[in-house]
Amino acid sequence: MSSASSEKSDIVFWQGNEVVARAAIAAGCRFYGGYPITPSSEIAAVMAELLPEVGGTFIQMEDEIAAMGTVIGASLVGKKSLTATSGPGFSLKLEHLGYACIAEVPCVIVNVMRGGPSTGLPTAPAQADVMQAKWGTHGDHPTIALAPAFHREIYLDTIKAFNISEKYRVPVIILIDEVLGHMSEGMIIPDPSEYEIIDRVKPSVPPEEYNPYDTQYGDVPPMANYFEGYRFHVTGLNHGANGFPTTVPDICHNDEVRMIQKVMKDVDTLTEYDEYMLEDAEVAVFAFGSTARGAKMAVEKARQEGLKVGLFRAITLWPFPEKVIHELGQRVKAFVVPEMNLGQMILEVERSVHKEMPIVGVNKVGGVPVPPYEILEKIKEVLQHA
Amino acid sequence: MSNRYEARFSAVGGQGVLLAGDILGLAAQKFEGRYSLQSPTYTAQVRGGPTKIDVIIDDEPVMYPKTTAINFFLSLAQGSYDAFLYDLRDDAIVVIDPVLVTKWDEKYKTYQVPVIEITKTKVGKMIMSSVLSLGIMIELTQVVSKEAIEKALLQKAPKGTEELNLKALRTGYEEAQKLLAQET
Amino acid sequence: MPKAAVDYLYYLRAEKLPHMWCPGCGIGIVVKSMIGAIDSLGWDKNDIAVISGIGCTSRAPGYMDMNTLHTTHGRALSFATGVKMAAPDKHIIVISGDGDATAIGGNHFIHACRRNIDITLIINNNNIYGMTGGQFSPTTPYGARAATTPHGNIDPAFDLVELAKGAGATYVARGAVDNARMMEKYFKDGMEHHGFSVIEILSNCHTQYGRRNKMADAITMIDWISDQVVSNKKAAKMSPEELEGKIITGEMYHNTELAEYTDEYAKLIERVQAKAALKA
Repeated sequence: MSSASSEKSDIVFWQGNEVVARAAIAAGCRFYGGYPITPSSEIAAVMAELLPEVGGTFIQMEDEIAAMGTVIGASLVGKKSLTATSGPGFSLKLEHLGYACIAEVPCVIVNVMRGGPSTGLPTAPAQADVMQAKWGTHGDHPTIALAPAFHREIYLDTIKAFNISEKYRVPVIILIDEVLGHMSEGMIIPDPSEYEIIDRVKPSVPPEEYNPYDTQYGDVPPMANYFEGYRFHVTGLNHGANGFPTTVPDICHNDEVRMIQKVMKDVDTLTEYDEYMLEDAEVAVFAFGSTARGAKMAVEKARQEGLKVGLFRAITLWPFPEKVIHELGQRVKAFVVPEMNLGQMILEVERSVHKEMPIVGVNKVGGVPVPPYEILEKIKEVLQHA
Repeated sequence: MSNRYEARFSAVGGQGVLLAGDILGLAAQKFEGRYSLQSPTYTAQVRGGPTKIDVIIDDEPVMYPKTTAINFFLSLAQGSYDAFLYDLRDDAIVVIDPVLVTKWDEKYKTYQVPVIEITKTKVGKMIMSSVLSLGIMIELTQVVSKEAIEKALLQKAPKGTEELNLKALRTGYEEAQKLLAQET
Repeated sequence: MPKAAVDYLYYLRAEKLPHMWCPGCGIGIVVKSMIGAIDSLGWDKNDIAVISGIGCTSRAPGYMDMNTLHTTHGRALSFATGVKMAAPDKHIIVISGDGDATAIGGNHFIHACRRNIDITLIINNNNIYGMTGGQFSPTTPYGARAATTPHGNIDPAFDLVELAKGAGATYVARGAVDNARMMEKYFKDGMEHHGFSVIEILSNCHTQYGRRNKMADAITMIDWISDQVVSNKKAAKMSPEELEGKIITGEMYHNTELAEYTDEYAKLIERVQAKAALKA
C-alpha cells in the first residue's frame, strides 16, 4: 500500500475477487488449490501471486474436484485452505464438500455465482446456487454459507468464514456473484484490531489417548495435524469416535445428528443480518448479496414517497435466520423478495414466516441484477393489496 | 442524501477503459472523500469485443452497483455505442469519436472528438485513448478535480507509463477546452 | 549382514485385524511388501501418510499405523497432492486399485505423473472392481467375463506402465503377487525415488474375477499370473512370438534428472521472497 499521507490514504480500490484473496491471506490462509473458471479466476490469480510471499502454497489442479481434494489434504496438515469457483465448478466441488463435512475438515469455498444451469451465463451474475449450497452434496450435513454485499464486508466475512471453519471443523461457503466479484469499490482495509483470528483446537491428550472424533470435550472434537505424532485415520465413511468405519446404526445416527447440532446450537450467534428501517415497516424486503444493494435503494425511494418499507438483509444464508424472520413476519403485512433466481430463498422466508400473508418475489435470471425500480414497483403493488 | 453520478466508458476490448474507470473511481473516493465503485461488463472476448465500464460516484456509499441514470457516456466504437446506449438521462453528456461512431442519437448533447487520431498523433500509444477520453470527461463535467484525477492516475497507471498517461490525460483536457471555447 | 526380521505388527493397527479382504486376496501380499519396504528405509511412522481412494485396495490404510486418509473414489492423488504440498518433507504413499486409479481417477493419475510430485503410487491391479461386485475395469483383459461383461469384455485394456511413462512419471515398475521379494524392492526403490513413482502390481481377485473366469481360488489365479509374467531381463532375450500374451515385469523406467514438483515450488517461494525483500 502507498504511504502517501494525502486525503484518505488507506483507501484501496480492489475488485471483489481480489478482496477475497487478500482477506484470506489476512485470515492466515496458506494454501490455495484451484481450477480456472469465470467469473472467479481472479481469486486464484491473486492467491498465486501473494501466497509464495508469505510462504504459502498455490496449486492449479487438473479439475475442480481435485482442487477441492488438495484443499482438504492441506487442511489435514494444519494449513488454512481456500478454493474458489463458480456455478459448474461448484457442482463438481460438492463431492468433496460432503467429504469435508463428514470428515470434519475446516476449509473455505468461494462460489462467485453466475447464470446457469450448466455453462449458462459465464460472465453474468446470478444467485441461483443458494439452494445448491445448502443441499447440493448428498446426505445430511451442516451448511454454513455467507453472502456479503459490500467489499469491506467481503473482506471481513472471508476472515469470518475461516474462523467459523476452524471453530466448528466445517467447510464454509462464501456466496458472492459476478457483479461483486468483478466490480471495484473503494474501501478501507480493515485493521487487524477489527477482527479476531480463530484457530482449530488441538488435542490436549497424548497421541495414545487421542480419538479424532472424541466428543467428550464438546460437539467439536479437537483436531490434530498430520505428522505430529498422532497417526489417526480419516475416512469419508461413517465412523466412530476413533475415526474408523462403522455401520452401527446408533453410532452413525448420533454422529450425523451431532455434526449438524454442533452448528445449529449456535445458530443465533452464527446468523448475521442487517436491518434497515424495519421498526415501523408494513412491507419487509428480504434480500441478500448484490441484490440487497438495489433493494436498499428501492427502500430509500419508497421512504421518500412516504411508504413504510424496510429491508432485511441476510448476510448468513445458512443456517437461515429462521427465528428472526418468523418474528418479523408477525410485525409486517407482506414480504418482497428480490433475488437473481426464480425463487429460492423466498421458500425459506415462507417456511420461516409460516402464516398466510403476501410473500412475493422479484426475480431475474437473464444475467442482470434486479433493478431498484422493479423492486419499488413490487413494493407499491403489495402495499395496495395489503 | 444520495447525489449519484453515473459515467459509462464504452469501447472495444483492449482500448483500456478498465484503467480509466479505476482512475476515476479512485480519484473520487481516495482523493475527494466521496464514495465510488466501478463495474465492468465482463465479456469472454477480452480483445476486440464491445466492452464498457460504469463508474458510479455518490456522497454516500454507492448502493445499486449498476447504472440507473447515466450522466456521462463515452463511446469509441459504433458497436459499443449501439450496445451500451441505455440508462442515459435526457441531459446526459455524450462524447464520441466520429471516425468510429458514425451514427449517433441526436437526442443527446454529443461532442465529437477524434480520440483515436489524437491519441495516435499526440500521445503515440493507442491503449492511452481511454485515459485521454477521461481527460475530456473531467474537463467537460468537472465531476472530480484535476488534482484528484492526476493523483489517482499516478497511483493506478502501470509502472513506467505514468508520464505518458499523464500526457494523455492532459491532452484530453486541452481537446475539451477547444470544444468548450467553440460553444461560447 | 542379514536383515533383521521385520516387526510387521509395529506398523499395523493390530486391533483392526483381522482384515476385511477375502482369504488369499493379493492385497495382503501388497501391504506386507509395503511394510517391508518402509522398514528397510527406516522411515518414522509419524512421517508417513498412506492415502487411498475407494475399493478393496483402498481399505489398506486403515490397517496401517501411520497418518492415514481414506478419501473418495479415484481422488486419492488429489488429497495426497494437497498433503504433500503442505508438508513437502514427509513421505506420501497412495495405494489404489485399477478401477480407482485409472478409470474414475484417470485424470488425477496422469496429472500427478506430469507434475512429477514426490508421491509413491501403488496400484493393486486385479483387473476388476472387487468391492462393487465384479464389474470390468480399464485393465480387464479382452474377452474376460465380469458382472457387466456377461458376454465377454470388448473394451481394450490400458497398459499402466506405458500410461505412467507417457504421462511423465519418473519411476515406473511392474511386479506381481507371485514374487513378493521383487515387489518389495520396487516399492522401496519407488519410495526412495524423489519424484512421482508408479508401481503396478498384478494381483489376484479370485472372488470377483477368478470365479467368473474359471479360476475360483487364489492359487489357480496366482498360477495364471505366473504363467503370463516375464521379467524384463528375460524378455530382452525373447522373440516377439515368444512374448505374445506375456506381461513384462521389472523396473521399467527410472529417471532421476527431472525436477520434482515441491522442489520447484520451494524455489519459486525463494525467488518471490528474495524479490519482495529487495523491494522492502
